[in-house]
Amino acid sequence: MTTTTTTPLWEVFIRPRSGLPHKHCGSVHAADAELAVQAARDVYTRRGESVSIWVVPSAAIVASDPNDKDQLFEPTASKIYRHPTFYDIPDEVGHM
Amino acid sequence: MYTQGLNSKDDKPAGPEDTARLGRFQAIVDAEDKIEPNDWMPESYRKTLVRQISQHAHSEIIGMQPEGNWITRAPSLRRKAALLAKIQDEAGHGLYLYAAAETLGISREELYEQLLSGRAKYSSIFNYPTPTWADIGAIGWLVDGAAIMNQIPLCRCSFGPYARAMIRICKEESFHQRQGYEIMLTLCRGTPEQKAMAQDALNRWWWPVLMMFGPSDKESLHSADSSKWKIKRFSNDDLRQKFVDATVPQGHFLGLTFPDPALAYNEATQHWEYGEIDWSEFKRVITGDGPMNKERMARRRATEADGEWVREAAAVYAAKRKARQAAAKVAAE
Repeated sequence: MTTTTTTPLWEVFIRPRSGLPHKHCGSVHAADAELAVQAARDVYTRRGESVSIWVVPSAAIVASDPNDKDQLFEPTASKIYRHPTFYDIPDEVGHM
Repeated sequence: MYTQGLNSKDDKPAGPEDTARLGRFQAIVDAEDKIEPNDWMPESYRKTLVRQISQHAHSEIIGMQPEGNWITRAPSLRRKAALLAKIQDEAGHGLYLYAAAETLGISREELYEQLLSGRAKYSSIFNYPTPTWADIGAIGWLVDGAAIMNQIPLCRCSFGPYARAMIRICKEESFHQRQGYEIMLTLCRGTPEQKAMAQDALNRWWWPVLMMFGPSDKESLHSADSSKWKIKRFSNDDLRQKFVDATVPQGHFLGLTFPDPALAYNEATQHWEYGEIDWSEFKRVITGDGPMNKERMARRRATEADGEWVREAAAVYAAKRKARQAAAKVAAE
């Protein structure tokens, strides 16, 4: 095969309906942004899954390190006072 | 299934450092949690998945050919539109799966190269010809039916990207099977010639479809690791039996007979028992000597070569635009 250069990878985000956020759904290879949107449309929206597409160069994404998972996210598990159910309100007060 | 060529073994002993990580890895798998691309995983897990997912992807891509054979000759616009949509889905499924394989650290170019050079395998089923329209019905009903049987448990596979790809694929696949069965039903309710055509297709596809599930459990080398890692949840023979049990009544509803004199319902086990599969045929076809292997590969290579100028032009255009944008930015500053 004579592929000259590696075609860049793009991450695809689709918005299923207006009012909802764009959500990651997969990735495509494409030479440029315009072709990436086209490819994303063909690959990920054949059944009315989307009203809007974002494509982002995969190389531009900065992600947290899986090894830091505990350090980053574990502390929130012990902070139960951040949830409304932590506080006792008498039933007589009604819904709050 | 689409990954029947997994039947070879490679072993490498784990080092001392690996043992602790291996324990953590297995604990995640045992807890039915998912392994994600950046998580540590044993090399053999990675290798098995690259091989399985890429074989699956190659199968989707090669699988477009037997059906593509009938696009221009579909008997009505309705059938043609459905067939086109189905084949487009197969391309989409191939792409979801290539993307999942790439998260394991192999490039798309390498994956293509493995297919085009003949080093990578794809499902034996796509090396059979489609001489009549009834074959399109039989493929949807039987080949896609067998694929669904295999793919539903893969939606719960331990590797996140593969599981997510399979969920999408399974959602789309059920239309494939129904459109195939509908073609068979129409033929079976048509003229005697049409019904005979449906019967002929069943006769030719039945045994190759049973082979799709891969070697019998006695011969299958990879099952132990794959089930420990929750990649594979049911054995080849279990899935094959499930498929036979589901499919035989559907065939009888069509008024067709199966080309297996040993096929009989066992009241005690509540299963349909089937005759001996010709494994020598399976081995021949999977290693390259099936009726259509050469043609399928030749077509795939020609398509790849024919598309080269398009990829090249797109890359050159993208580079030119990038350079122009950079120049405009400099000019503006």
